[in-house]
Amino acid sequence: MLDPSTLIALALIFPLCALITNYIFRNQANLRDGLTLLSAAATFITVVILAATSDMTTQQSHVLLTILPGLEVAFKLEPLGMVFALIASGLWIVTHLYGIGYMRGNNESHHARFFACFCVAISATLGIAFSGNMFTLFLFYEILTVSTYPLVAHKGTTDSKKGARTYLGILIGTSVGFQLLAIIWTYAITGTLDFTQGGILEGHIGAGMAAILLALYAFGIGKAALMPFHRWLPAAMVAPTPVSALLHAVAVVKAGVFTMLKVGIYIFGIDFLASTGASTWLMWLAAFSILAASIVAMGKDNLKARLAYSTISQLSYITLGMALATQMGALGGGLHIAMHAFGKITLFMCAGAIYVATHKTNISDMDGMGRKMPWVYFAFLIGALSIIGLPPLGGSWSKYLLMLGAADNGQLIMIGVLMLSSLLNVAYLLPIVGRGFFRPLKAGDDNGGPVKTPVLTVLPPLFTAFGCLLLFFYASEIVAYLEPIVATPAK
Amino acid sequence: MLIAETSFFANFVAETIGSNAVAPHLPVLQVAIPLIAAPLCVLFGNRTMAWMIALVTTLISLAISINLLDHVTTFGAISYHIGGWAPPLGIEYIIDPLNALVLLIISMIGVLTVLYGRLSIAQEILPRDQTLFYACLMLCFTGLLGVTATADAFNVFVFLEISSLSTYVLVAQGANRQRRALTAAYDYLIMGTIGATFFVIGIGLLYMATGTLNMADLAERIVPIYDNKTVLAAFAFIIVGIGLKVAIYPLHFWLPNAYTFAPTAVTVFLAATATKVAIYVMLRFMFIIFRPDFVTTSHILEFIILPFAIIAMFAASFVAIFQADVKRMLAYSSIGQIGYMLLGVSFYSEKGLTATLIHLFNHAITKAALFMALGAMVYVVGSSMLNRIQGLGKKMPLTSLLFVLASLSLIGIPSTAGFISKWVLIEAALEKQGHWFWVLIAFLIVASSLLAVIYIWRVVEMLYFKEPMQNVEIKEAPMGLLLPTFALVIACFYFGFDTSLTYDTAEMAAKILLGGAQ
Repeated sequence: MLDPSTLIALALIFPLCALITNYIFRNQANLRDGLTLLSAAATFITVVILAATSDMTTQQSHVLLTILPGLEVAFKLEPLGMVFALIASGLWIVTHLYGIGYMRGNNESHHARFFACFCVAISATLGIAFSGNMFTLFLFYEILTVSTYPLVAHKGTTDSKKGARTYLGILIGTSVGFQLLAIIWTYAITGTLDFTQGGILEGHIGAGMAAILLALYAFGIGKAALMPFHRWLPAAMVAPTPVSALLHAVAVVKAGVFTMLKVGIYIFGIDFLASTGASTWLMWLAAFSILAASIVAMGKDNLKARLAYSTISQLSYITLGMALATQMGALGGGLHIAMHAFGKITLFMCAGAIYVATHKTNISDMDGMGRKMPWVYFAFLIGALSIIGLPPLGGSWSKYLLMLGAADNGQLIMIGVLMLSSLLNVAYLLPIVGRGFFRPLKAGDDNGGPVKTPVLTVLPPLFTAFGCLLLFFYASEIVAYLEPIVATPAK
Repeated sequence: MLIAETSFFANFVAETIGSNAVAPHLPVLQVAIPLIAAPLCVLFGNRTMAWMIALVTTLISLAISINLLDHVTTFGAISYHIGGWAPPLGIEYIIDPLNALVLLIISMIGVLTVLYGRLSIAQEILPRDQTLFYACLMLCFTGLLGVTATADAFNVFVFLEISSLSTYVLVAQGANRQRRALTAAYDYLIMGTIGATFFVIGIGLLYMATGTLNMADLAERIVPIYDNKTVLAAFAFIIVGIGLKVAIYPLHFWLPNAYTFAPTAVTVFLAATATKVAIYVMLRFMFIIFRPDFVTTSHILEFIILPFAIIAMFAASFVAIFQADVKRMLAYSSIGQIGYMLLGVSFYSEKGLTATLIHLFNHAITKAALFMALGAMVYVVGSSMLNRIQGLGKKMPLTSLLFVLASLSLIGIPSTAGFISKWVLIEAALEKQGHWFWVLIAFLIVASSLLAVIYIWRVVEMLYFKEPMQNVEIKEAPMGLLLPTFALVIACFYFGFDTSLTYDTAEMAAKILLGGAQ
């Protein structure tokens, strides 16, 4: 009935419908937010239908238009993108509900503009997920950057403008300065940019040049926040929390590492990376990023800043998975996109809930708050445990696969890095919960009953925390679903 | 009523152009009609009539240029002998894909400038001068079209002077608002005249050495005397002379003031056409008359064009970052963009020249759109200084949005025309693989385009993040200014997706330049 091309188009168009309704009904809050919720649901259902009905193995490309010979705006369905699309569109519903609670509870201004930019960002994210070649991906990548800029600058204060400028500067700078160059280079030597099973570069480029090209990609994908181009992520934390939650824990950063995986798997090809060793340096850099960001996170007292650095560290897990150049590593990276998304969005939504209720941003001020808002802290604990990678939570599986990947490659040091990182996670995440529950309240904090927290800021994190738990039991399904991406191509 | 008349007029023009009596003479009519229109503007002596004449003339020119482009891309070049005198005795016009593309740029921008000028010229120029203004605009239009269409070296000079002299007058008209327009025009006059003199000396030397002025003849007769000192001197004079018109980096000093102080409509027209035509002339002399062999043995590409192109890309963009006047900022940006076009030439490859020609077209529409959007702000607030246009994002949302969209194309964000230019240019650089140098050049291209992000972003922040000036009544610019701007912004995005017109024509033209298909 509905062929994949139509469904892909619908998935991209539904969020944009919400953009229009946000503009038309900008002054009728309930109608506006209700319609947006409706289109979020429609988007998610479309993606689900797409996932359920389409055949991933055909590698069929849906060309929208051809710009230059070999340069097309085209879409292609494959498991990794499908998983990413499901996560992004599914979590959009949750975040939208949370966003309504947050924005109203916090008396923020410009709701319509806020939700409208959100819609564009989601549409761009889905475009990235479904893109069939590097050019299409780049196109949506840039749209995502530009459409999230107003979200970061939302508060309009000097601080937020400064943060937004850093955000835009680094993301546009790296993508135009390095990524575009890498893309055109790829195009110049291979004549195509299509995502192809097994990669397209093999036989076109030597090992040394491949390492340089990979460097252009790795640093050009600024959204993956690989050090030293990670500064935009903490800078972007000036945004309202729903933005941080969806965009900077799910859509934007995941678009980055998703691109990284796509480049590794479909442009270079895992085997090509392994045989040339072009990604060895990237593996070490990712390991450095993992540890360094964790250590920085320990020193941050601002809760969102700590979570931001934790994100930088976790993103490098996925980069590491690609750089290991083993099948298990790539699978672990793909799985970690899902696992980390659920874990980190929970943490961010909890941070936002605490802020709405108490207007506290620093961890040292939050002593004893756990007893006042037990549900929020409970969700936070689950999210934190999943990030750390303790069973029975989703995060444990992806970490396990990544370690297997490292073992396959004989990189025992990488296993050590991953373990050390888990310990560091424990050290910077659990004290937040501990202080919340066991420390006495600070002087000046009202010692009365529980604080008032808008229900829409509490339920969503609980829901995603439950998701973390669920993912533990369904991880094998996801892995089985992802497996074709690393299958050796039929030659 | 108006629509019926317009469609009748359009039909009439289309039928006339297509008819057997007129069709063969299109190459000369393209130039002759605006030339006749110029005195008509004065004779009628009424500014509304003058505007109507200018509009009809440019529309006819546009129709002709579309027709010519369509013809030459399908059937090949047209040679037209003026008055039936066969070359080399008579003057020959040649229309091929190379100049048909440039003709299209000129006439397209011409139409939009006149449409835009209805309001902006009425505001900026004294009523008594307006008929004369339109006459000058038509002369300038004639000159640029003539330069482009002719295949006679001396004729190029004649038309170049027609366009230059009228340009000096047009720029000076800005004096009504800012007196400095007079000195700007004077500077331009001096520099332009030096350029023209060099150019005519060069042509004179060529004539001495070969005894002909017809381009095809010149090209043949130069080959045996490549080493002749006269020919070498001629080449040098011509390149420097035309380089002044192009505003090649160290010869660009006239440009910022001329663009800044000229009336808005004039800036739009000049920025989109004058330098582009000059680049076209440079290409035609370099590759068609002197031939690629001569150019490569002279080493001008790698030792002069390439380094100056790169300096222009960085220095001009860098200077643009510090301008307080947005119009001047865009002028410096133009110098930088000319750097990209010259860089494409210096690659000396089909891809490189294709990139140059595509950017010629894409930058014309992009920069015209930017100057128009800025002009609409100037129309309302009376100045293009950063601190005067601040906060207009709220007061003039449409104008600001158009400015931002056009600047995306200037930066080269994917899905815009500017992106296609940049893509092809970088591809051309990387195509010359096997040498580190070219990877570096490719990197320099993207690095310099990041400077564009910086200078554009300053304006965007001013527009959207500052509070508007109080005590001034500001409302959205009139539709008469916004619609032409809108048309160009649409074009900026359209040509970011559909490249069949720009890319294919440019590729064809690049082949002609390198002596492939004729």
